[in-house]
Amino acid sequence: MSVFLQSLDLEITRRALFACLLIGFANGYVSAFVVLRKSALKIGTISHGLLPGIALAVALFGLFSWSVLAGALFAAIFIGLGSLFVARTSRIDHDTALAVLYTSGFGGGLILISRLGIRQKLDEWLFGGLMGMSDSDLWLAFGISAAAILLLTALQRPILILLFEPNVAASLGIPVRLLNYLLFGIVILVLVSSLQAVGCILSVGLLVAPAATIYMFSDSAPVLFWGGGLLGSLGSCAALILSYQLNWPAGATITLLLGTIFLLAFILSPRYGLFRVNPASK
Amino acid sequence: MTTATTLDNPPHGHPDHVCWGGGAANHTQHRLDVRGLTVSYREVRALEGVDFSTECGRCVALIGPNGAGKSTLLKSLVGILTPEAGTILWRGAALTSAHRELAYLPQRGEVDWQFPITVRGLVEMGRYPNLGWWRSFQKHDREIVDRALAAMQLEDLADRQISALSGGQQQRTFLARALAQEAHVLLLDEPFTGLDQPAEEALRRLLRDLAAEGRLIIASHHDLETVPLIFDEVLLLRRRTIGFGTVQDAFTPEAIAATYGTPALAQP
Repeated sequence: MSVFLQSLDLEITRRALFACLLIGFANGYVSAFVVLRKSALKIGTISHGLLPGIALAVALFGLFSWSVLAGALFAAIFIGLGSLFVARTSRIDHDTALAVLYTSGFGGGLILISRLGIRQKLDEWLFGGLMGMSDSDLWLAFGISAAAILLLTALQRPILILLFEPNVAASLGIPVRLLNYLLFGIVILVLVSSLQAVGCILSVGLLVAPAATIYMFSDSAPVLFWGGGLLGSLGSCAALILSYQLNWPAGATITLLLGTIFLLAFILSPRYGLFRVNPASK
Repeated sequence: MTTATTLDNPPHGHPDHVCWGGGAANHTQHRLDVRGLTVSYREVRALEGVDFSTECGRCVALIGPNGAGKSTLLKSLVGILTPEAGTILWRGAALTSAHRELAYLPQRGEVDWQFPITVRGLVEMGRYPNLGWWRSFQKHDREIVDRALAAMQLEDLADRQISALSGGQQQRTFLARALAQEAHVLLLDEPFTGLDQPAEEALRRLLRDLAAEGRLIIASHHDLETVPLIFDEVLLLRRRTIGFGTVQDAFTPEAIAATYGTPALAQP
C-alpha cells in the first residue's frame, strides 16, 4: 500500500485512480447486459476490431480523443454490420464472417500504425495506458459512462423484456430493432472508454467478468447491473493499487484480478458454484 | 363450461372478471375475426388463407400435425410474424394494436430459464405494458400482482428463481403474468407439453376457469384425447383451415383424419 500512497501525491496517479473508478463502474454495469445477452465473444471480437478504425482515424485527422473515438465507432459499425451483411447474403455464418473481418482489419491496423510511427501509442491501445490519461480522455470517459448508465437505467423495463423474451418484446410494441441498435451503440462507446484503461485486447474482460461474478450469487437483474458496476469499479481500483505495489502493468492486472475473483465465485458460490450446497435446479 | 351471463347477472365466483367493455354480459361483442391469413417464411408458405372467428369466453384448440402452422398462427396473432395477406381483427380493430390485451405464453423450450428473475419479478413484468417505460409501481399494481400470484397458488414460491420450479409451476407463473397484465386474449404454445398428470389436470382446470371469467384462450395442442376435456372450439389446421367449430361439430374422426392424413390417428 505504501508505494501507492506515496505516489498518490502525483497528479498522474490520482487521474489513473479516478479513471479506474469511472471506467470500472460503467463497464461493470454494462457487463450485465453483455452476460445476459450471451454475446461476450462477439463483443470481444469487435473490441479487437476497434484498432484499425483508430489507426485510420489517427492517420487522417491526427491523434486526438475525438478522432480515436470516431475511428473506433466507425470500425465497430463497419465490422458489426459488415459481418451481419455477409452472413445474411451468403451461406457463411455470422461468427465466421466476424472472424475474417476482424483479423484482416486488425492486421491492417497494425501495419498502418507501424507506418505512422506512433509505436508507443500502439502499446496503450493494445494493453491499456492508464498512466497516460489526459483531461479530455477523462471527460470523454465520464461522458460515456454517465450516458450509458442513464440510458440503460431509464430503459430498464423494455431492455429486460428484450433480453428475456425477444419475441414477447415485439408483441408488446417495443421497438426491438431500434433498441438493439441503441444497446449495440452503448456497448461500443463503453468499450472505447475502457480502451484507455485496459486496451482493446483485454477490454472485453472488464466488460464481462464483473456481472459474470455477480451472476454466481444473485437472481435479480438490477443487482446484476449495479453489483457489476460496483465490482468493476472497486476491482479496477484494487488492481491499480496492486499494480503499483508489484510493478505490474495496470491494464493486465485489472483483467487478471477480475478474472480471479470470478473463478473464486465460480468455486465458492453457495447457490450456483462448483460445490453448491443444494443444486440450483430442483 | 362457459358461464352464461346477462347484464343483471354478473358471473358469480369471479369478482375480478376482466372482460372489457361492460363485463361478461357483452362478451359476444368481443370477437376475434381471422380472414384469409397467409404467412410465409421466405419461399415456404406456412399458412394459406386461414379463416376462423371466435369470441371471448371460449377455449380454442389449435390441432394439426407438426409443421401444420400452429406456432406460426399463434405468432402471427401476437404480431411476432407479419402476415403476407389477410386480416386479424379483435373487436373490429387490428389485434396487434391491442397489445396490452394480449398475452403470449411461449413454448417452454423457448424460455431462458436461467435468466436472473424470480416468480414475482416475472409476474411484475405483466404490469409493464400498463405502466409504460417509466411509471413506478403503485399500491394498485402490487395488489394486482399479489392477486395474480394467489390465483395461481404461487405465493410461497414468489421469491424462487424460475428454473427452480416444476413444469406446472412454470406454466402457472406465465399465466399469473398474463393475469397481472389483465390480458383479455391468452395465446399459449403447447402449454401441456412436458407436464405430469396432476400438473396437467391443474392447468386444464385453470384454463377452463380463465375462459369462464371472460377471457379468450387459444392454445396449440397435440394430445387429441384431452381436447374435449379442455376446449370448446377446435381449429383443425394443416397449412389451411381443415375445419373449425365447436368440439362437438368439428372434432369428428373424418376431420381429424383429413388433418393428419392417416386414418390410424382418427380415434380421439
